[in-house]
Amino acid sequence: MTAQSTFRASAALDAQDQNVLPLPHATAEAVPDTMVKPGRLGAHVQVDALTHRYKGMSHNCLEELNFQVEAGQIVALVGRSGCGKSTLLHLIAGLMQPGAGGVYINGNRVRSTCPRWVVMFQAPSLFPWMTVAQNAALGLRFAGRTQEIPKRIPSLLAMVGLTAYADRNVQDLSGGQQQRVALARSLATEPDLLLLDEPFSALDAFTRRALQQDVRRIAKELGLTVVLVTHDITEAAIMADRALIMAPDPGRIVTDTVLDPGADRHRDSPAFEAERARLAALFETTA
Amino acid sequence: MTDAAYSQAEQSSASETGARVAALKLWLRSVTIAALGLGALGALWALGGWYISQTPGMRAFAQLAPVPTFERLWVMLQRGEVWAMSAPSLYRVGWGLGIAIMVGVPMGILIGRLAWLRDLSNAPFQLLRMISPLSWMPIAVMAFATWDGAIIFLIFVAAVWPIMFATAAGVKRIDPAWLKVSRNLGANPLHQLIYVILPAIAQDIMTGIRLALGIAWVVLVPAEYLGVSSGLGFAINDARDSLDYARLGATVLVIGIIGYVLDSLCLLAIKRFSWLRSDT
Repeated sequence: MTAQSTFRASAALDAQDQNVLPLPHATAEAVPDTMVKPGRLGAHVQVDALTHRYKGMSHNCLEELNFQVEAGQIVALVGRSGCGKSTLLHLIAGLMQPGAGGVYINGNRVRSTCPRWVVMFQAPSLFPWMTVAQNAALGLRFAGRTQEIPKRIPSLLAMVGLTAYADRNVQDLSGGQQQRVALARSLATEPDLLLLDEPFSALDAFTRRALQQDVRRIAKELGLTVVLVTHDITEAAIMADRALIMAPDPGRIVTDTVLDPGADRHRDSPAFEAERARLAALFETTA
Repeated sequence: MTDAAYSQAEQSSASETGARVAALKLWLRSVTIAALGLGALGALWALGGWYISQTPGMRAFAQLAPVPTFERLWVMLQRGEVWAMSAPSLYRVGWGLGIAIMVGVPMGILIGRLAWLRDLSNAPFQLLRMISPLSWMPIAVMAFATWDGAIIFLIFVAAVWPIMFATAAGVKRIDPAWLKVSRNLGANPLHQLIYVILPAIAQDIMTGIRLALGIAWVVLVPAEYLGVSSGLGFAINDARDSLDYARLGATVLVIGIIGYVLDSLCLLAIKRFSWLRSDT
């Protein structure tokens, strides 16, 4: 299945949602050439002796985490609820500061948020008083790059299959379409690092599957580094190049494994199923 | 154009026409209900006028009945008296309300955002809020060099609290995820104010302004009993002193109509600023 046909299939799945107005002319495009910068590499992430404890807690929620993510790699943080996956992602994003240790992106210590690394949250949290295009353009507006909006936003909306929705209010969209807007909004500032905090967990199975494939494809085409938080083994196998399995009390990495579920990552293929089963077994024995 | 495209265009056109007809029906229904309500009020007024005219000892007030009142209102409109008496009042309410917005909205945002300021200000603000605006009258007369200044101050005192508390309540209801997302996208505090906080609470601010306008308009007339020689309050006093009850009735009617129009404008603004689909 080509990238374009994948998008058409997922756009059609979204359109099945009864809350969505019919969109007979919805088409999605592969990443436009204007958005792929030759030689562009994603960010290198280094987590160094990271320890964190929330105020009022008697024990560390994360303890002595050490790992690196290579540029352009997609890494899944897998673990049970409460093991500190989302806390770790927030610390990488600079939304919180660690108690000890640090996070370094391209060698620079993360001390605050930055448009070069953006988080996609579980809820899209779009701004309901804005249109799809206005939501997508917000990061550029904050960065003072308003002159880029007329060129970049149509390309981004085409990439996520929402060109025909540009002037619609985001409240008119289905959950899957709203997550696509959130993805376009995250990519608008041309980040090097995309941090995904269970962004598909609230979606129906069909939409989730389509978005998992789309996000991986877009990340690879744009050369982004991605850190994905998930408790879904199948999602990790579909999207990630590598999985870090975390265990709780205190949150720590217990397994670091490279994933090779076959070139097409098709869930019906024996290679995918074998890799998914291996990851599930690792998860059961270590997490 | 293909048959399918024609069919789709026809369906779309039929759907738009249906929506327009439904909207027109809804509008006609609301206008009819409003007309019925006003008709009932007019009937009660006419009944009261008839009763006064038939009651010995009250006949002097018979000019307050609908017919003399409307006749006098027509004369006042032709002479430009209605505008002459309304303009100073609108000027004072405009200034009082404007200053209340300029003070109330920023204070409301700060109270909504900063828990320590909310805790610190709650007791003194609630205490001040409960003081009748008119009880500030003697102090206002002493504190301000002009009568206009004193009246504007009284309107400000009446109007600032609903605006401040509605704004603070709106800020407290803002989805924290919006602020987290905006920060993640690189927003500084000014960006958050302009692109997130103000749009999110615009409807709350307008609701506060609507409440404030209602209170300010009520406070205006007694406030204009102060030494001024213009405005609707003065016109009421003047009509009473000159025993011109038809003019008194017409002035009361003008106060009601202007207040109703201003309230309707606020309601339109609230609808305009509402972003919730269920509210539109």
